[in-house]
Amino acid sequence: MVEPVQLQSERLPVGSAGKLSGGWWGVQTLIVTEACLFGYLLFCYFYLAAQTEQTWPPDGLPSLLVPGANTLILLASSACVWAGERGVHQSRTGRGIAGLTAAIVLGTAFVAIQLMEWRNKPYGMTTDLYGSLYFTITGFHMAHVIIGLAVLLLLLVWAMLGYFDSRRYVAMTIGGAYWHFVDVVWLFVFSTLYLFPYL
Amino acid sequence: MASADITERPIDDHLARVPEIGCAPPGSDIEVQLARTWESEPGWRGWLSTVDHKAIGLRYIVTAFIFLIIGGLEALLIRIQLARPDQTLLTPEQYNQLFTMHGVTMIFLYALPILSGFSNYLWPLLLGSRDMAFPRLNAFSYWIFLFAGIFMYVSFPLGQAPNGGWFNYVPFSGPTFNTGPNIDVFALGMVLLGISTSVGSANFVVTLFRMRAPGMTINRVPILVWGTLTASVANLLVIPSVSLAFFLLWLDRQMGTHFFDVANGGKPLLWQHLFWIFGHPWVYAIVLPAMGIVSDALPTFCRRPLVGYTAMALATMAVMLIGFEVWIHHMFATGLPTVALSIFGAASMVISVPSSIAVFAWIATIWLGRPVFKTPFLFFAGFVMLFVIGGLSGVMTAAVPLDWQLNETYFIVAHLHYVLLGINVFPVVGGIYYWFPKFTGRMMDETLGKLSFWVMFIGFNVGFFPMHWAGLLGMPRRVYTYSSRMGWDGVNMITSIGSFVFAIGVLIFLVNVVVSLKRGALAGPNPWDAATLEWATSSPPPAYNFAVIPTVASRHPLWEDRLDEGRGRSNFKEGLLLAEGREAISTSPIDAKPLAILKMPDDTSTPFFLGLFISLLFVGLLLHWWLFTAATAIAGSLALIVWLWPRKALAQRAMPQGDNNG
Ligand code: HEM
Repeated sequence: MVEPVQLQSERLPVGSAGKLSGGWWGVQTLIVTEACLFGYLLFCYFYLAAQTEQTWPPDGLPSLLVPGANTLILLASSACVWAGERGVHQSRTGRGIAGLTAAIVLGTAFVAIQLMEWRNKPYGMTTDLYGSLYFTITGFHMAHVIIGLAVLLLLLVWAMLGYFDSRRYVAMTIGGAYWHFVDVVWLFVFSTLYLFPYL
Repeated sequence: MASADITERPIDDHLARVPEIGCAPPGSDIEVQLARTWESEPGWRGWLSTVDHKAIGLRYIVTAFIFLIIGGLEALLIRIQLARPDQTLLTPEQYNQLFTMHGVTMIFLYALPILSGFSNYLWPLLLGSRDMAFPRLNAFSYWIFLFAGIFMYVSFPLGQAPNGGWFNYVPFSGPTFNTGPNIDVFALGMVLLGISTSVGSANFVVTLFRMRAPGMTINRVPILVWGTLTASVANLLVIPSVSLAFFLLWLDRQMGTHFFDVANGGKPLLWQHLFWIFGHPWVYAIVLPAMGIVSDALPTFCRRPLVGYTAMALATMAVMLIGFEVWIHHMFATGLPTVALSIFGAASMVISVPSSIAVFAWIATIWLGRPVFKTPFLFFAGFVMLFVIGGLSGVMTAAVPLDWQLNETYFIVAHLHYVLLGINVFPVVGGIYYWFPKFTGRMMDETLGKLSFWVMFIGFNVGFFPMHWAGLLGMPRRVYTYSSRMGWDGVNMITSIGSFVFAIGVLIFLVNVVVSLKRGALAGPNPWDAATLEWATSSPPPAYNFAVIPTVASRHPLWEDRLDEGRGRSNFKEGLLLAEGREAISTSPIDAKPLAILKMPDDTSTPFFLGLFISLLFVGLLLHWWLFTAATAIAGSLALIVWLWPRKALAQRAMPQGDNNG
């Protein structure tokens, strides 16, 4: 008879322990599938742009100044979230709260400026094919920014309620990852809609 | 606490601890306590709020089977209409709606969900776990599936069901040619269903990498797990494509955008790309887990392990990898450049290589084993045969010139039914025969079982084989009637008769289910003397699955003494107890070493409400009730916040020392 195997018991973390938590894995699958979503959106753009007979974009090259600045604002907000998460990791909840607050302010600024961009366009979603693409793609991204902002707001509330300390703060990591993802996606959207026509 | 051998505990017990190892025979303190923590409340509240993967899995199976019956009834109506030439039972428009709903129901509401049902029920048992990685998400995914199914049927009684075929090509499905709500129902319903499929797939992927019992290394997981894993990864990557396609179509139809609008530079072919990028991997997603069912269950009846485990696991993944590249083969007739066609045609043929590996592995298993001719075995052996026939007609249509000839004829209808019924329905019914004792604690009747198999098998072949012939005679698919001068009368009559015979076979199966539920012989834990972990626990399994988390030593934990592979023996008596609330063990992705003690969520009805609000949101979009839509969006967000709120009981929050009553 061969003996049954015996498990050696070691000390193990309990519950949502950082990157061992289910949530961290979950957000990664979310990011993968959402990244694909944006991939397909941009595929639509290139597929249609490559075959169009109109001038592209119909209203001439887009101005880069405001959207460029807005891109920097969004990237800065990512940096704030990152700093906030490090703060919590080092048991400095104050820094965490400050980082989140700054990120929310910057994110809101991004939304406001983007809304202004939308208003200033001479075309709408139904004017022509380009308008449909432009507003759908930026609209999808805008929806993600707004959800991301809601997530940051929740994190802020939780941080203020004292839910996080240096050992349990995985919600910050998860929410932060989502926000960084939304920002990276913007770089692709920005390159496609604003830089690509210059090529 | 019965685990008396635990001596001292560090103070921060709630953030880290040494898990107790011990025994928990039925009736012991620990076992009773486990039952109390894991069982759902009785009554409707427990019913609404359970997150038990077994309850959810069975719900998936029952719901999907009901959709199979609905789709089947639609098919029978179609077959009555086509039994003889120049019939007028159905108007052309009714016919369009019926074959569309038949295809939609079968492909989207039956074929994948039923496999998700099997996997949901079986995975944690196969892997030696207490539940899936995300039990609440699991419940959520079921509710959305149910609501999406209902959603897609709401316009059916009004005579305005989807009518553009299951792949719904534009421009026919665009705003100009199809003005009713038919297509909008389909479009929004598909986006809704996509949510269910995506979260379900994420759950499977994460479960595989985290929730296996200690010792269940990656090369010991059952093939069904490989099949569902591959399908789930594919779903995560391609569902966004089809959801986007349907959403853009809805925008075109309701918001006046121009994505598919030829007059304004839109491109109908964009639809075909987006649809088939999804569609082809999807076809594999609805067969690979079913192939997994066979690979795991067939060996039980051959009294020997599967031949070529590794080859089978690799073939499963290879099929999908190639599957990603062959979407174009659905578009051979669209005027794409010849080079592209040749490449994709070749790739399509390459798929037959891993498929043949699978077939040879099954045949070898039967050949080298000592087959026991029980009902499930018949279904699995029948499956192997149908797989070969369906595969052959598939290779034929992968040849571009032949495809040009056969495209849009009944040859395609025959091929697709051989593939879908052969590789999905037969394994599924066989799988139900096989796992019924585990589901319910009772055996199904053998006599009725064998009868149902032969009636289904004969009916199926009589019904669908002549369709190849009809196709070669040039009968196009999707025609509501035909003239008797075409010479198609005979084949159609035979096909219709076969369809009804097949339906009778399904009916016998259903009768068997009902009778056996009441009067079937009691099954012990392992009535088939099978090898895998789900048979190590009682039938039906207790709410906590395993009182002691098994420690696994081989690929065939219950056959170790017999096979005597010389490694250690799996341990079911003594192991991790994990009884401080709902707990599970998380192990490392490859070699399954314990990594963390997971706190699992309690029952909650939040997933139900979130699912309900999201579904109502889609109702709002459909009816253009914008305020209602906004209200459901807010309600849904609130439900999500409740869901995500960090809990002490799940050790998601910082806890000051000494305060661990969560
Ligand atoms: C009693 C069993 C069944 C019968 C008699 C039946 C019959 C038919 C017939 C006659 C058509 C062709 C309609 C036409 O082109 O005019 C059809 C189409 C189709 N069937 Fe079935 N079927 C059965 C079961 C299934 C099952 C189990 C599945 C999938 C799992 C399935 C999937 C499909 C699909 C995808 C189509 C194509 C629909 C379209 O053209 O859009 N069928 N079926």
